[in-house]
Amino acid sequence: MRTVDDSLFTDTPDGVALVGSRCADCGAHTFPRQGGCPRCTGDSMQDVPLARTGTLWSFTVQGFRPKPPYAGPPEFEPYGVGYVELPEQVIVEARLTESDPDRLWIGMPMVLELVPFRTDDAGTPVLTFAFAPAREEGR
Amino acid sequence: MSADVAIVGIGIHPFGRTPGVSGRRQAVVAARAALADAGVGFADLQFAFGGSHSAGDADTLVSELGLTSLPFINVANGCATGGSALISAYAAIMSGLHDLGIVIGFDKHERGAFNTDPAEHGIGAWYGETGLMLTTQFFGMKIQRYLHRTGMDAGVLTKIAAKAFRNGALNPKAWRRTPLSEAEIAASPMISHPLTQYMYCSPAEGAVALVLCRADRAHHYTDRPVFLRGATLRSRRYGSFEVFSPWLAIERADSPTVDAARAVFEQAGIGPDEVDVAQLQDTESGAELMHMAETGLCAHGEQDGLIAEGATEIGGRLPVNTDGGCIANGEPIGASGLRQVYENVLQLRGDAGAHQVPGGPRVGFTHVYGAPGISACTLLTR
Ligand SMILES: [Zn+2]
Repeated sequence: MRTVDDSLFTDTPDGVALVGSRCADCGAHTFPRQGGCPRCTGDSMQDVPLARTGTLWSFTVQGFRPKPPYAGPPEFEPYGVGYVELPEQVIVEARLTESDPDRLWIGMPMVLELVPFRTDDAGTPVLTFAFAPAREEGR
Repeated sequence: MSADVAIVGIGIHPFGRTPGVSGRRQAVVAARAALADAGVGFADLQFAFGGSHSAGDADTLVSELGLTSLPFINVANGCATGGSALISAYAAIMSGLHDLGIVIGFDKHERGAFNTDPAEHGIGAWYGETGLMLTTQFFGMKIQRYLHRTGMDAGVLTKIAAKAFRNGALNPKAWRRTPLSEAEIAASPMISHPLTQYMYCSPAEGAVALVLCRADRAHHYTDRPVFLRGATLRSRRYGSFEVFSPWLAIERADSPTVDAARAVFEQAGIGPDEVDVAQLQDTESGAELMHMAETGLCAHGEQDGLIAEGATEIGGRLPVNTDGGCIANGEPIGASGLRQVYENVLQLRGDAGAHQVPGGPRVGFTHVYGAPGISACTLLTR
């Protein structure tokens, strides 16, 4: 398995999760990991797996093929992008598996997935993370 | 509070696309126009601050403007480059260090949306590779959240863009000079839901220069000085929602626009209710909507009513982006903030011609916003 950046992920009993930082002094979270705390300005950040489920905080749909450094497949399809609030941790930005704005709404339950993003020169699929509407509560 | 710094000369190179003319050349045109307006020569100046994002180092302009040994300091602060140059000039004069100087902002960008290297912002390469490093997405998501929060209808976005093109048509220095109907704007390609192509500004070209002096010497240069009563710059706080953010804090804080605007009104001793004309960052029409309230010019959720009654039109009680804003002028990053000040000087002098605010405006406000979450504001009076 190849991902866009292995340092973003960690394995948990529930499946792959994003890995962030948590400040041991004030409890602030970041994604991805970083050394300094943006909230209290300290430097006691520790790695922490982030929740795999959350709620959609805002969203849009990317309607045109971005310029480089975008490295997506040659055939462009609009893709959803959103911020997902992970309870009591942080709001993370991610691609969404849903690209129809009429099927997205602020507050909808979302779950983390690893999804194929592109194929590298050796033919190996490269995976990235995305949030999908949580099936049991989806419309 | 007494006014201590005056703007006594203004110059502009028309915005838009000028094939075959470099950004530096456009800066020289603007600088010579500002010098002529103030009735001074480059050799009379004691200092210069300037910058561009993509068109070269401002301090190299001396090879064309004159090798006079003046200190020329380059400013590189993204969309706040012009504002930061102006703050620097303000401080140089207020400190008593200098009496007379110039600020110059210019740029020339390639067509299409800006592409930015995540590494320059301390973000991993994956963020750009997977298609998240786009300012256009940020504005789509910020306005989506804002409309959800305030309950305003997305239809207001087409009205704001239509006003921009209407005002641009009245401004001979603007790039987009053809009015567009709300229907044409709504039907243009969807860039980043709910924002369509004609709701966005485009990267462009242009240059602006301003000659500034000690206020008590302003009448040596002009009989219609405009006073710079305040100039502020703020960066983001923990909990604000800014462009190029792989994550946001759950606890919410005010944007840098709120902080910069509050600070400039305090610095000037002027209230938001006294503003006669405002130039607000309209990277897209949602930005103008949000910035109207973030700057304190109105309350959150009040904007759609104001727009419906025509308050933000040139003849309204709160004219906004009277020169067509970024939507009609395009955005040459280094020049954009100074264009707003140029427009307000025209308005306060009564020289804005077809886009002049009636009734002799006395107080002009400007506001820029940009990556990585910065805002700069100014207040001018006559
Ligand atoms: Zn902390």
